[in-house]
Amino acid sequence: MFDQYLARRYRTTTRPRKEDYLVRDNAAIVGIGATEFSRDSGRSEIQMACEAIKAAVEDAGLRMEDIDGMVRFAMDFTDEMHLISALGIPELSYFAECGYGGGASCATVMHAAAAVVTGMANYVVCYRTMNERSGRRYGHTPGVGFVKTTPSDHFGYIMPFGLTSAPIWVAMFATRYMYEYGVRPEQLGWVSVVFREHACRNPKAMFYGRPITLQDYLNSRMIVEPLRLYDCCVDTDGAVALIVTTAERAKDLKQRPAYILGATQGTATEGETMTSYYRPRITIIPESWYTAQELWRVTGVRPEDVDVVQFYDAFTCLVPMQLEEYGFCEPGEGSAFCEGGDRIRIGGELPCNTSGGHLSEAYIHGMNLIAEAVRQIRGTSTAQVPDVELSLVTGGLGVPTSAILLRK
Amino acid sequence: MTIQYNPEKRIPHPALWGVLYRSSTPFWEGAKQKELRLQRCKGCGAFLHPPRPMCPHCLSAESEWVRAKGKGKVYSWVTYHESPNPAFKAPYAVVLVELEEGPRIVSNMIDTKPEDIYIGMPVEVVFDDVGQDLILPKFKKAG
Amino acid sequence: MEYNPAFPLLRPYTDFDNRGFWEGIKRHALVFQRCKHCGLFVHRPRPMCPRCLSTEKEWVPSEGKGKIYSYVTVHYEKTGYPGIKVPYSVVVVEMLEGVRIIANVEGIEPEELRIGMPVEVTFEDIAEDLTLPRVKKREVGSP
Repeated sequence: MFDQYLARRYRTTTRPRKEDYLVRDNAAIVGIGATEFSRDSGRSEIQMACEAIKAAVEDAGLRMEDIDGMVRFAMDFTDEMHLISALGIPELSYFAECGYGGGASCATVMHAAAAVVTGMANYVVCYRTMNERSGRRYGHTPGVGFVKTTPSDHFGYIMPFGLTSAPIWVAMFATRYMYEYGVRPEQLGWVSVVFREHACRNPKAMFYGRPITLQDYLNSRMIVEPLRLYDCCVDTDGAVALIVTTAERAKDLKQRPAYILGATQGTATEGETMTSYYRPRITIIPESWYTAQELWRVTGVRPEDVDVVQFYDAFTCLVPMQLEEYGFCEPGEGSAFCEGGDRIRIGGELPCNTSGGHLSEAYIHGMNLIAEAVRQIRGTSTAQVPDVELSLVTGGLGVPTSAILLRK
Repeated sequence: MTIQYNPEKRIPHPALWGVLYRSSTPFWEGAKQKELRLQRCKGCGAFLHPPRPMCPHCLSAESEWVRAKGKGKVYSWVTYHESPNPAFKAPYAVVLVELEEGPRIVSNMIDTKPEDIYIGMPVEVVFDDVGQDLILPKFKKAG
Repeated sequence: MEYNPAFPLLRPYTDFDNRGFWEGIKRHALVFQRCKHCGLFVHRPRPMCPRCLSTEKEWVPSEGKGKIYSYVTVHYEKTGYPGIKVPYSVVVVEMLEGVRIIANVEGIEPEELRIGMPVEVTFEDIAEDLTLPRVKKREVGSP
């Protein structure tokens, strides 16, 4: 089962023909909208979703009645029915949901692109809303009110042992990763420091105005060994929405379109939600690798052509791992790539997470990363990379995932 | 005649569902004060029922809660001959009342036998303390 | 491991496919699913053998020996489970049979944890309805 992956052999001959990938160059993100990112929004998730969608529609120069498609996260607590009743959207002809938490981020855009390119809808909104800071926090152990774990059978093998929240699940991979490749905490610390630098240029980031040094990182409290406080992303109250339409319609709208060159999903065998401990090796993320292979295949782009990337940085250790999985460096070299920070900061060879990412801007399950990738294409980022042609975003780790590549 | 409850069974409580969206909380607070309240958009004056965070007509997020007159007509109704929930004793009727202001609400009749209910019947609101920390708006035949 | 009895440990959900494993644990026996057709050890238990797609399976006792494959130590109480006092460690153990299990440790301090450390399985009866496997240090070369 794993031979193909472990040998990094991706067979293009068994895949659909490249010319049949109809999304390439035919869809674009034309509007982005968000609420403020805070520790306590003071209002409901559905209200924030309405505000973000309203802002995205205005950003695109559309009217609310133009929206006829909606793609949501399966994990979201709001639904299409109540949103369209609050927003006054008369009908939807396309509505879909993407599963697996943060893995759905780029997948929502992928589904929206498929809908507009196949003529099922004109303008599709993708969104995520959460009161994750003031409400249920993913960094903490979820509700202890239930004694029996859910029918998600795998939880029975991990929860009774206290392996109960995301930082602990990821730390188990981090221990092994650091062991196999001799990674030092400082190398991971640079990811945290550089993304915080980028956030300090972004007035809307939760950590704007609060830079950290590598020493601050090393001194920060240990949450679950080997992850420290500054290895973990923020918990946020907020909402982000995006509008997707065809490239043809995008030309007449208000903003410069962010054309979708490729949008892919990927999952791989022997996986468990955030806890795939049974694979031959656990220092790798086969879901991301496969999503990347599909992306490079359908777009014809090589990793070295990418100008700016927004990595799904729920935890610092995931950034070097994704650098390896997406082919920006060889396996095992991801941490060295990040050390010193020069290659990943603005002005470096591969600027990453230019608005601060999940570590320092906000954690809206990947949607704030897509918004930043769009701003990089438009030229309106607070840490703008000069002459951006290709802007990459990756989806959630440890779960079936997704990725998109945008172009000017 | 009014709907009969089984005192040892739990009547489904609005708080079980309304918590997540928060939009409906003022409706149930009004019921506790024996007032029928409706959400009205501050931007354009439209009544919003069921309650929601944004006005679909003008997209304003500002709204207020006003006291409804409490008068309306029966729009439709059902009669349960077998109770689906142990809290309620069959037979009982559930009515859909169209209020004068426009919105429709689901409720029970307090003084009318199921066989005497008809579409278009004029009704007005009363409040029924059913115990279990629950005061519900119900309707009686209007004069 | 020190527990906070106000938060009982989460119980595993047992169903048709995994009951054999958890019943073994209750009896202080570590058993693994093995495909009757091709002999593959399958853990965690699944309805079908992923290699040959047979649904015939048997529960085979394990030697109970393995090595630590990875580990974590939880320091921050809000990230961990409130029913277990921090710091506590969780390990992934690669058993001699080739499959991996997750367990807590017994008699191993956080600073002693090493990838590759030889361990063996023991059991703890935590409550009447909950027995869990633990791992402790193993002397290499022992039978």
